[in-house]
Amino acid sequence: MPPPVRRIAVDRDPRVAPPRPSANGVATGAVALPLKTARAPAAVVRERMSLDAVWLAYGENWVVRDVSLPVRQGEVLGMIGASGSGKTTLLRALNRLTEITEGAARAGRIALDGQDIHELEVNDLRRRVTMVFQQPNPFPMSIFDNVAYALTEHPERGSRRRRRSGAMRDAVASALQRAGLWDEVANDVDRSALRLSGGQQQRLCIARALAANPEVMLLDEPCSALDPISTAAIEELIVELRESIAIVIVTHNLQQAFRVADHVAFMHLGELVEYGPSEEVFNHPRQQRTRDYVSGAFG
Amino acid sequence: MATAPLAPPTPVARSARERSGAWPLADRIAYWACWATGIGLALLTLAIVVFMLVKGLSFLHPALLFESPSADIKQSATGGFLDPILGTLLVTAIGIAIAAPLGVAIAVWLVEYGRPAALARAVESSVEIVGGAPSIVLAIFGLGIFAQGFLAFLSQRAANGSVYGRSFFAAGIVMALLALPLIVGSTREALQALSPRLREGSFALGKTRATTIRHVLLPSVRPGIATGAVLGMGRIIGDTAIIKILLGGLRVETVGGVPVLGLLRGTGSTLTTYVYEFSPAGEGNAPQKAYFAAFVLLLMVLALNGVVTWLTLRQPGGELPRKRWMDLWRLSAWTR
Amino acid sequence: MDRDSLTYDRQAARPARGGRRAALRDRRVEIVLGAAAFAVLAIIVAMLVTVFARAWPSFSHNGLAWFGPGGDVDAQLRAMQQLQPLPGHSVYWFRAWPLIWGTLLTTGLAVALALVIAVLAAVFLTEFAPAPVKRVVDPAVRLLAGVPSVVYGLIGILAIAPFVNSHLISQHRKESVTYVVQLNGADLTTATLILMVMILPILVAITADALESVPPAWREGSLALGVNRWRTIWRVSLRAARPAIIAATILGTARALGEAVMLAMVSGGRGFAANPLDGLTFFFEPVRPLAATILQNSEGLSNQPVMHTMYAIGAVLLVSAAMLSLTGWAVRRRLGRYGIQT
Repeated sequence: MPPPVRRIAVDRDPRVAPPRPSANGVATGAVALPLKTARAPAAVVRERMSLDAVWLAYGENWVVRDVSLPVRQGEVLGMIGASGSGKTTLLRALNRLTEITEGAARAGRIALDGQDIHELEVNDLRRRVTMVFQQPNPFPMSIFDNVAYALTEHPERGSRRRRRSGAMRDAVASALQRAGLWDEVANDVDRSALRLSGGQQQRLCIARALAANPEVMLLDEPCSALDPISTAAIEELIVELRESIAIVIVTHNLQQAFRVADHVAFMHLGELVEYGPSEEVFNHPRQQRTRDYVSGAFG
Repeated sequence: MATAPLAPPTPVARSARERSGAWPLADRIAYWACWATGIGLALLTLAIVVFMLVKGLSFLHPALLFESPSADIKQSATGGFLDPILGTLLVTAIGIAIAAPLGVAIAVWLVEYGRPAALARAVESSVEIVGGAPSIVLAIFGLGIFAQGFLAFLSQRAANGSVYGRSFFAAGIVMALLALPLIVGSTREALQALSPRLREGSFALGKTRATTIRHVLLPSVRPGIATGAVLGMGRIIGDTAIIKILLGGLRVETVGGVPVLGLLRGTGSTLTTYVYEFSPAGEGNAPQKAYFAAFVLLLMVLALNGVVTWLTLRQPGGELPRKRWMDLWRLSAWTR
Repeated sequence: MDRDSLTYDRQAARPARGGRRAALRDRRVEIVLGAAAFAVLAIIVAMLVTVFARAWPSFSHNGLAWFGPGGDVDAQLRAMQQLQPLPGHSVYWFRAWPLIWGTLLTTGLAVALALVIAVLAAVFLTEFAPAPVKRVVDPAVRLLAGVPSVVYGLIGILAIAPFVNSHLISQHRKESVTYVVQLNGADLTTATLILMVMILPILVAITADALESVPPAWREGSLALGVNRWRTIWRVSLRAARPAIIAATILGTARALGEAVMLAMVSGGRGFAANPLDGLTFFFEPVRPLAATILQNSEGLSNQPVMHTMYAIGAVLLVSAAMLSLTGWAVRRRLGRYGIQT
């Protein structure tokens, strides 16, 4: 005789409110997006980079098809889409990081301040357009050396700055302050960077990217490996930075995109399905596919 | 947005490696230095091989491989390489015959048993010491041991009653010490790389550890043992110091009348000492022969290296994890 | 010690079938194998004891001055072989400094040069070489490791030394030192160059391997910050590979220390302490490192004083090799603490 089947009952937690019928027009049964706190748009918004009919391939496999987007300083561009939609590849193309892979191919034009990025010297470009990766990757050096790394390696801005000079220390301190890490590490910047926690390491990577005063910052799912508190800290940081730097963030997390981005681009299977201000894309999407993705029908 | 599938554009740019042209001068110098070094090393190797080939083949005929050498002032009368080749083969055979079973036994004991722990640590350290000792030190140690009276049966007695201490036995046994660390290391790594499931499964079926070792583990690590043995062979073949000290002479000379024993107690030479003797450092009167013998030696060692590569690539599951390959390779490049 | 997840104990080893007999046989196998291991241990201990015991008379007659300078090493060895002590000294009188200095010079210079070249070559192999070039250069370097020392010695003595003799050492230079020493191309330069080539493959292989094991995230991160490939390697990858490079250097030093045959053929045969104050001539002076000395005196080992002296040299070599291993182990442990793998 098999043992009797026992049903395991789940108590509905009385503290969790049942889903409301949507107040902002999203189809019922969808994920209820929090009401966005009103945020003033940045004072100056100007276009820094433009993508024009960009196609990208790895080998014979076209991963990005005919995408055209503007990237503006003063706003955050969020790129959303399912895995394999080509958003990370597109991000990496913006600072020519796709070139370190053998067999990558491209067509179309990507311009920084009007200049085709493939005509710029690649290291020059990467100093102006920096990137923060999904997994924090601080170098095996001290915190100071990590942040100062970009500065010591950019010799054409005057002579190679001496490490430990006053100017260098100031630059490192200001980068760490902008990244919101200064308070936590000020007392010992010579500690090995590998000893920091995950969230601190990611902020260190952001500080490192900020140290050379980039014009555009690319963030590839920067919070996916972090806890919610670090995530919140970094999201705040991103919103602060958008005034001076054009920011592009790729994220899987729809709520994060909603919180942080001003304009959102939704990509699917390599194509740009929809692009517009985030309010519109999330609340009044024009394409069915966008509606499906945003409501969680797939992803 | 078009709903029909879009066609990829025709002008397509492929990614290129980052050009070094725009780098600062210091970095460009480093770049070219790296290129120069890499190409230079390749050319150096080519030069060595071609040089040996040309010098070696310029004066010989294959019949020399089957003639015995003789000490003579005139180069044309110095005979061939038969004895040295036999000597090399004999010494290698003795060395591996002793080192392989002993090495596997030690490796198995270290991995599978290893009690008491102090003894295991001592054995590990001593194998490492032997691996790190220069072969010349092993050679004089061997001479000291084999020149003792009670070991006279392994070599011969000189006219004044003292034990000569030099023979194929002596050389072979000390060669075994040379190859031992390689076999132990290789077998040990192979055993450690085996999945624990293998042992658990065997124990679960009620087999003893001894049976497991014999019927399950050892067959699985045969490639590892083979690799170690081949590396050991390479090291033995390439060694000169031990032979020079523990095997005097040029031609193979047997001692006493007993067939095999007489050979093993006798003296002779190997390709390595042949090269040494016929170079200006030894008698020095047949440099061409020395070159050819050196070339044959080179070929043998390279062939063995090739076998090692082939063996390591044949591991089940594809290539050996690179780190392990490096450790083996590193071991083999020890003092020769 | 590495064992699998099952702790070895009697219970686990007792089989379901076969009973006591199988367990006994198991125990016997363990004892046999343990005996083999113990036998090897015994042999090695015997080696150490023999070498040190036979080395003792030489040290006891000379004290610590054994390591110091004084007199002509060759004359001292000759005196021992003929059993005719030099006036005022015992037959055991020996001052090994020229040999030690020769060893330090050849080993030190060879390792230093090889390190620089090896790092450049390893960087080339892992970063700059296009795939077809790498497929050629990689086996070429490994091939260098396979060449036996006697072949290197042969090339050295028959090709390199004469070249150095006729093209690098001027007649004037030879004449200026004839009263002290003969310069004939078999010297410090030739020995160091060939020794460098001999230890290159080890250094290159280990360094290249370490560079390839550096986490790609670091390389990508550095490139994304706009740092060129060379500076990336220099500041990030090589730094991460430091423990491996140190380990490789120690291995290379041990290899160089123990090299007897090639050096015996090529370094000049005279126990001469090359003097750096001689200027450029310094590079052309003969040297004779420790290991080569043993080899060159291997004929006279039946002679008591010679034997004791050679064992003393052997003891010094053994101790140096052991200390190198210990250093390597300690360095790897220390750097392992900073999270850098070896």
